[in-house]
Amino acid sequence: MKIKAPVKRSVKATTDRNNAGLTSKDFVSGQEIRWCPGCGDYSILKQMQTVLPQIGVDKKDIVFVSGIGCSSRFPYYLDTFGMHSIHGRATAIASGLKATRQELSVWVVTGDGDGLSIGGNHMAHLLRRNFDINVLLFNNEIYGLTKGQYSPTSKQDSITKSTPLGSLDHPFNPSAFALGSDGTFVARAMDRDPKHLQEMLKRSYDHKGTSFLEIYQNCNIFNDGAFFSFTEKDVKKQNTLFVEHGKPMIFGAEDDCGIRLDGTRPEVVEITEEVSPEDLWIHDENDPIKANILIRMESVYPGGNFPRPFGVFYAERRPRYEELLEEQIVGAIAGQGTGDLDALIAGNETWTIKE
Amino acid sequence: MNQVLEEKQNVVIKFAGDSGDGMQLVGTQFTNNTASVGHDLGTFPDFPAEIRAPQGTLPGVSGFQIHFGSTEVYTPGDLCDVLVAMNAAALKSNLSNVRKGGILILNTAGFDARNIKLSGYETNPLDDSELSTYLVYKIDITKLTREALIDIEMGVRDKDRSKNMFVLGFIYWLYNRNPENTIGFIERKFKNKQNVRDANIKALKAGYNYGDITEAFSSRFKVKPARMVSGTYRSITGNPALALGLIAAAQKTGLQLFYGTYPITPASDVLHELAKHKNFSVKTFQAEDEIAAICSTIGVAFGGNLGVTGTSGPGVALKSEAMGLAVMLELPLIILNIQRAGPSTGLPTKTEQSDLLQAVYGRNGECPMPVIAASTPSSCFEVAYQAVKIAIEHMTPIMVLSDGYIANGAEPWKFPKAADLHDINVSIVKSKESEEKFMPYLRDENLVRKWALPGTEGLEHRIGGLEKEEITGNVSYDPDNHQKMVKTREEKVELISEDIPEQTVDSGKDHGKVLVLGWGSTFGSIKSAVKELIDEKYEVSHAHITYIKPFPKNLGNLLKRFEVILIPEINNGQLIRLIRDKYLMDAVGYHKIKGTPITKNELKEEVLKIYPKE
Repeated sequence: MKIKAPVKRSVKATTDRNNAGLTSKDFVSGQEIRWCPGCGDYSILKQMQTVLPQIGVDKKDIVFVSGIGCSSRFPYYLDTFGMHSIHGRATAIASGLKATRQELSVWVVTGDGDGLSIGGNHMAHLLRRNFDINVLLFNNEIYGLTKGQYSPTSKQDSITKSTPLGSLDHPFNPSAFALGSDGTFVARAMDRDPKHLQEMLKRSYDHKGTSFLEIYQNCNIFNDGAFFSFTEKDVKKQNTLFVEHGKPMIFGAEDDCGIRLDGTRPEVVEITEEVSPEDLWIHDENDPIKANILIRMESVYPGGNFPRPFGVFYAERRPRYEELLEEQIVGAIAGQGTGDLDALIAGNETWTIKE
Repeated sequence: MNQVLEEKQNVVIKFAGDSGDGMQLVGTQFTNNTASVGHDLGTFPDFPAEIRAPQGTLPGVSGFQIHFGSTEVYTPGDLCDVLVAMNAAALKSNLSNVRKGGILILNTAGFDARNIKLSGYETNPLDDSELSTYLVYKIDITKLTREALIDIEMGVRDKDRSKNMFVLGFIYWLYNRNPENTIGFIERKFKNKQNVRDANIKALKAGYNYGDITEAFSSRFKVKPARMVSGTYRSITGNPALALGLIAAAQKTGLQLFYGTYPITPASDVLHELAKHKNFSVKTFQAEDEIAAICSTIGVAFGGNLGVTGTSGPGVALKSEAMGLAVMLELPLIILNIQRAGPSTGLPTKTEQSDLLQAVYGRNGECPMPVIAASTPSSCFEVAYQAVKIAIEHMTPIMVLSDGYIANGAEPWKFPKAADLHDINVSIVKSKESEEKFMPYLRDENLVRKWALPGTEGLEHRIGGLEKEEITGNVSYDPDNHQKMVKTREEKVELISEDIPEQTVDSGKDHGKVLVLGWGSTFGSIKSAVKELIDEKYEVSHAHITYIKPFPKNLGNLLKRFEVILIPEINNGQLIRLIRDKYLMDAVGYHKIKGTPITKNELKEEVLKIYPKE
């Protein structure tokens, strides 16, 4: 199999990354945290505070924008610039900010309801435009802040407050949504794997373009255990697949299973003497077609015993919207010269009335 | 032959035809020509919502009315002196607006059996005695255009598209004009389409020569240049004037102008105009919907630049939650509402002033926002500029009201010099001022908070839509704090009245029997009506409100100096409610809700109806 070279990441040198000796504590805002005790959001906040001193951006240049929902309280707890906006619109607000302040590191914190239901439209358009914005979508498959209605990612037949007989809606697959919107970076992590989450947060930052990072987050009040089969020690290895670029897809309690690609059809195989890791599907995060197979294999082939994938599914370099916007202006000035206000106001045809 | 050159003071011409007949182009070309010879003028383009409504039908009629003269012109005119009708439907829908004895120029090719049937006439009006009270000229414009283009190799359909230029050429002849500016326009527009260019120029000249050589026309008309205030003028319509005002404000402040919008009639031309001026570092953003449009500008404002969104009433409805956010965040933001007839989709291409209460009150919660209204096409420049000044100096979103009539109407504009524009005071916090933690909701004497931008060290802070504690801006559910913040936000907006000009009287004395109080696009009609009434020795005055929220400080006292206040509006009574509410005074309304402007004559009648008897 031919493997393309990995996307060249524009990671700054490690010395640059050391943010004036700041530590995670410097990113604690001091506002009292109001999430329920035991909420998965605490872990995500902690990993974010751990990663921020490492990415090499001045604290003053970091902005977190959120919408409405439990996850959207996130900016209040980080000592950066932040805006807690209105339901579903953080993506649109962040787009305007990035369009006019390219140098800022802009992060959007959203949830499955905020980002995929009321804000689904803006999410799709942010992804296709490819502003350099990092989207963290906390997926808990439930509406928490409104106290327990089903969400656009809840499994069909979910029994919730608003669906006592079970939900009828077919759920969104957030990664498929992002790929379908021509997102240039699509990844998944979970609250209960801090190390991997930190790695994914860094990758999200490093990507130049819109990063879509779905983070499984346990809502221990309204949907406790929704992801336990992927997060709990005894079953995690069997049910999850952590993909890495250029590496074969191996999973299982003893790393004894793998995924093999037969044409476009994936299959779970045991690693034996006859099937070596080299025969397995080697993950290529630059391949959009295979990324689609990867994130849809469970739903397309039910009963195939596929594990749930995590990691970076897809990454692509594409010009960023804010770059193109700036280029147009530079081009216009080069072509027409810097605008002359008096000439503009006067227009092409004037006449003079004398005393 | 020698035709008589008759002198006229004021003339109203209407060009009417199918929406594909190019009447809007004829109108704008004639307007530019009229402006360049120094007449005062007003125009009213009136077109269907459909891009190409069924040909030959009444809904498909597109019209352009222009009023010009040697005296001051404030409206597009009530009754037409000349109607050009390209087909039967155009005649039928406009005849009632032609003065008796007026000129009808009728394209006979548009009066065949099919056109007559589609327009709803039972018999051919060309043969009807109904037209005997007019001066009728029947010209087969279609045939004459085809004949003029006989040497040009193009299809008949394409040739027929030049018949509007024949009409324009003829009108140029009739009003003794030089058509050079239009020839120049055609040459520029079709520089890469030689055939089309030649066809249009030939048709234009053919129309002009037709007037010259045909003996049917006994007189031509001459209108002297208007006695206008000395200075340099240009012609302008409302939407480009808004765009220029915004660019001027951005240049003056040194802020980047970002226009986030979603296409909607009749606001889209603001976007089209701004998109042409990227060399002024203008960023335009066609968002996925109205909500994203305003939200993107909130992000821009948070970043310290000039965020502007523009729409019409239905779009304002969609943006209202985000406007509430901007009120809470206390960030500067401009929302343009180019009103159209509602409710819902309403009459998208027809004018109305029915979003005033929406502008003042249309948000959830106690959500005060300043409102400022343009009254004529050229006033849009100043209003947009002032809106930016208020938004930035008072850290608030502000709504600018215009409407379809102002947006598309043209008038001469004695434009200002950039150097003469007022200063706009932008006070962005440059750096952390003390060791204390930065307090985002600390206010100055005008209750204005500071604009603190991402990228400034030590100013890291969070703002949001939840109620905030005074000074710190932290989330607060404290009952007393909420009451205080609600009152503070209201007072902050009311304090703007300290910075805006006092209300003046436009025509007439500052006291008397009747004050006609208007706002928005009724300006021209009210001014014309009141001037005539004053000439007729009535004690009538006219005041026009630009600043609606808050009202100018002296407005209440001014109103008390008149016996009767008449408030004409193109709505079911909105300003009148605000006036009654604020000043507890009676006022008489006149409400026209037909999607068309109020005319001067209607208004005169209305004033006389309520004029106090001795």
